[in-house]
Amino acid sequence: MSQGHAVSPFAWMRVNLFSTPVNGALTLLILALLAWLVPKAGGWLIWDAVWGPKPASACDAIRGEGACWAVVWDKIRFMLFGVYPFEEQWRAAIAAALLTSLLVISAIRSFWRKRLIAIWAVGIVLSFWLMGGGFGLTPVPAERWGGLSVTLILAIFGIGFAFPLGVLLALGRRSRLPVIRAVSVLYIEIVRGVPLITVLFMASIMFALFMPEGLRVEQLLRAQVAIILFIAAYLAEAVRGGLQAVPRGQYEAAEALGLSYWRTMGLIVLPQALKISIPPIVNIFISVFKDTSLVVIIGIYDFAYAVKKSVETDISWKKYFIEAFLFSIVVYWIYCYAMSRYSQWLEREFARGERR
Amino acid sequence: MTAQTAPLTDVTPAIDITGLSKWFGDFQVLRDISLTVRKGERIVVCGPSGSGKSTLIRCINRLENHQRGRIVVNGVELSDDLKNIDQVRSEVGMVFQHFNLFPHLTVLDNCTLAPIWVRKQARAAAEATAMRYLERVRIADQARKYPGQLSGGQQQRVAIARALCMTPSVMLFDEPTSALDPEMVKEVLDTMIMLAREGMTMLCVTHEMGFARAVADRVIFMDRGEIVEENSPDAFFDSPQNERTRQFLSQILDR
Repeated sequence: MSQGHAVSPFAWMRVNLFSTPVNGALTLLILALLAWLVPKAGGWLIWDAVWGPKPASACDAIRGEGACWAVVWDKIRFMLFGVYPFEEQWRAAIAAALLTSLLVISAIRSFWRKRLIAIWAVGIVLSFWLMGGGFGLTPVPAERWGGLSVTLILAIFGIGFAFPLGVLLALGRRSRLPVIRAVSVLYIEIVRGVPLITVLFMASIMFALFMPEGLRVEQLLRAQVAIILFIAAYLAEAVRGGLQAVPRGQYEAAEALGLSYWRTMGLIVLPQALKISIPPIVNIFISVFKDTSLVVIIGIYDFAYAVKKSVETDISWKKYFIEAFLFSIVVYWIYCYAMSRYSQWLEREFARGERR
Repeated sequence: MTAQTAPLTDVTPAIDITGLSKWFGDFQVLRDISLTVRKGERIVVCGPSGSGKSTLIRCINRLENHQRGRIVVNGVELSDDLKNIDQVRSEVGMVFQHFNLFPHLTVLDNCTLAPIWVRKQARAAAEATAMRYLERVRIADQARKYPGQLSGGQQQRVAIARALCMTPSVMLFDEPTSALDPEMVKEVLDTMIMLAREGMTMLCVTHEMGFARAVADRVIFMDRGEIVEENSPDAFFDSPQNERTRQFLSQILDR
C-alpha cells in the first residue's frame, strides 16, 4: 500500500476479505450468517421489544417475538437498591452518585493534589451517613443495603483499601529483612491459593469467632474486609512485576543522591512500576468488580443477586428473567469497559515523557 | 596544562582508602586497594573490563559494600552505619554510564528532587539552583523537557547537573561517555573539564585518554582487582613502568 493515498473500498475488500478463494468463501458464509442473525436478533432485542413502563400483559402479548424490557422499568428500584426502605431510597441514590463522582474527579489529573484525600474523606463520611442514617436521617441497618449501591461500595472500597495494602505487600516481598519478606510471601501465597468464596465464608464465620463477646460486626463489613484482603494479594504480585521491571540504575541513582528507602520508592520507583503494571492492575479491578457478585453466598444483596431476586419472586414477571439478566450484563459491561478505557487513557498520559 | 594542586591548609584527604578488599561470593573483585585522593585532585582510573574499577568507585558511595579494609570520605568512615552512609552520599555525587535520569520527571524536576526531599530546600530555591547548574552545563533551554526527549549527550550533561545540585565535594564518574555516540562524547568531556578547572575533586573511570592527559593529576591503572600502576599523566602515557600497563595502553591507543 502506498502511503498517503486513500484506499478504495473495493481494493480494501479484495485484500482483507477476498484475498484467497477460501477467505472469499468464508466471507460470504459469514455475511450470510449475519444477514440471517442480525435482523432476527435486532428484532427481538430492539424493534419488536416492549420498552418503557408497560404492564406484564403487554409483554405476554409479544412473548417469543420481542424482548420484554419493561421488566427493567418495573424492577429497577429493587435492582438498584435491594431491600433498602422504599421511602429512603433517594438517599442510596445520592450516595451512589456521590461515590461515582468521587471516582470521576479522582480520574482527572488536575485533581491529583493532597486536597483529594480530604475530598475523599468527606465523601466517604457523607455517603455512609446517607446510606446508614442517624443524625437526622432514619437509620437503615447495613442488612437492608442492597443492589447496585452495594456492588459499588464493595468494589470501590475494596480496590481503594486493597491498593495501598497490595503495594506494601509487594515492597515487603522484595525486602531484605527476612521476617517482612516471609510474612509477605505467606500472605500472598495463602490468599492467592484459595477461592474468593472461601475467603468470604471465612470472613463471615471467623469474625464471629475472634471478636469479643457482644461486638457484632456487620455482614457487609465482613464481606468488605474479605474482598480487600483478597484483592491485595493479587495486586501485590502485579505491582511486584512492575517493581522488577524498573531498571536497577533508577534505584542506584536515587541512592547516590541520598534519597531514603521510602522516598526512593514513593518518588522514583513506584511511579514507574505502577505505570508498567497498569494493564494487570486494571485487569484485577475489572475481575473484582464482577467477583463482588459472590457475596450472595453470605447473604448480601449485591446487584446481580438483586436482579435475580427481582424476577424470581414475582410470578407475572418471572418468565422474563433473560431480559433482566441481559440488563445486568450490560450494566456490568458498562462499568468494566469504562475502567478499561480509563486505563488506556492513563497509559497514554504517562507515556508523554517517552516521545521524542 | 598544569594540574591545580590542592590548597596546603586543608590536609584531610577527600577519599582515603586502605587495604580495601571485596568479594562477590567467592570471587575476589578488589584486592587490597590503597588510595588517597586529596581535595581538588583529579584522578582517572583505567583498565580492562573486569578489573574492578567500577566496583571500586561504587564502593566509595556504598552502592557496593566492602568486606575488608577502610574507606574514609571527608573524615567519615564508611560502614554499615546508615548515618555515615547518608553523610557520605550527601557529599559525593555520582554520574553513571547509562545516565539513570528519572524518566517520569522533567529535566528541572530531576535536578530539584534531591535538594527538595533530602536537603529540605524550598521549591523556588531549589529551582533557582538547578537552573544555575543547568546553565553551567549549557542545557538550561531543555529544562521543561523529559529525559526521553533528549539525546545521550544532553542526558549525561543533565545527569552531571543533577549531581552538582547537591553541592558535593567529590564527584565520581563511572564511564560517563562509554554509552555515547562519538559525536556527543566531546560535549560531556568539555563539561567535565570545566568542572575540573573549577577545582572539583574528581574520581573518574574512563577510557578517554585525551581527557586524562588534559585534566588528570594522576592516572591509575587497575587490572584484576589490583592497582598496577599509578603516575602523573605524562609519565603514565609516555613511560609506563609495568608490562601489563604497556599492553593495555597499546590496545587502546593504537586503534
